[in-house]
Amino acid sequence: MTSVTIRIQEADFDIARETALLTQGRTDIGAVVSFSGICRGSDGEGISALNLEHYSGMAEAEIGRHVEEAAARWPLFGVTVIHRVGRIEPGQNIVLVLTASAHREAAFHAAEFLMDYLKTSAPFWKREETSEGTNWVETRAHDDAAAARWTRS
Amino acid sequence: MKVKYFAWVRERIGKAEETIEPPDSVRTVDDLIGWLTSQGEGYAYAFEKPKVIRAAIDQAHVKQDAVISGAREIAFFPPMTGG
Repeated sequence: MTSVTIRIQEADFDIARETALLTQGRTDIGAVVSFSGICRGSDGEGISALNLEHYSGMAEAEIGRHVEEAAARWPLFGVTVIHRVGRIEPGQNIVLVLTASAHREAAFHAAEFLMDYLKTSAPFWKREETSEGTNWVETRAHDDAAAARWTRS
Repeated sequence: MKVKYFAWVRERIGKAEETIEPPDSVRTVDDLIGWLTSQGEGYAYAFEKPKVIRAAIDQAHVKQDAVISGAREIAFFPPMTGG
């Protein structure tokens, strides 16, 4: 039984607090992997902020489907996925993935799997604010390739 | 049925959602894109490169040959850029 937390929120998150919530009262967890995605400011021209839009309802459902798949592929005790929406400035958090397992291998793999799918199939869209105006971020081919390597043949 | 639009698809069409009643000849997502394209300039602009557009039926991803009968909610959006 994997304990699952999925939240989409404007507010920031606290990694230490979320990790404590995932592990409290348990002694079977031997590994927690944490991935934080942070708004980067130094890409090319430099952005002043990202504005994140999402498809409410589907975003939670889609993340949930991938968490279920991760839990079927690796022996996970807990997963937390928090994705922020709204205006996010360089240096601020965008996304958090925590995976908990008995051993590190499952936790590392599951965190990477979840992030690869979040990038390509969770319904979120980023728009960049720059000094020139705003523009929608385009997908990167390497993100599709990263997700595709988890596809079972 | 209810249709939702996101990101630049929403901006080009000029609305986030609407209720539509396409004719019976519109059977698939692909047909619906074709029909919407004929509904005005904004729609034509949003769907000018139909292969780029992603679709969801009842909040799950579908391919463009998916049949839309029985769908409560269909969404159109550009490739996703979250994470």
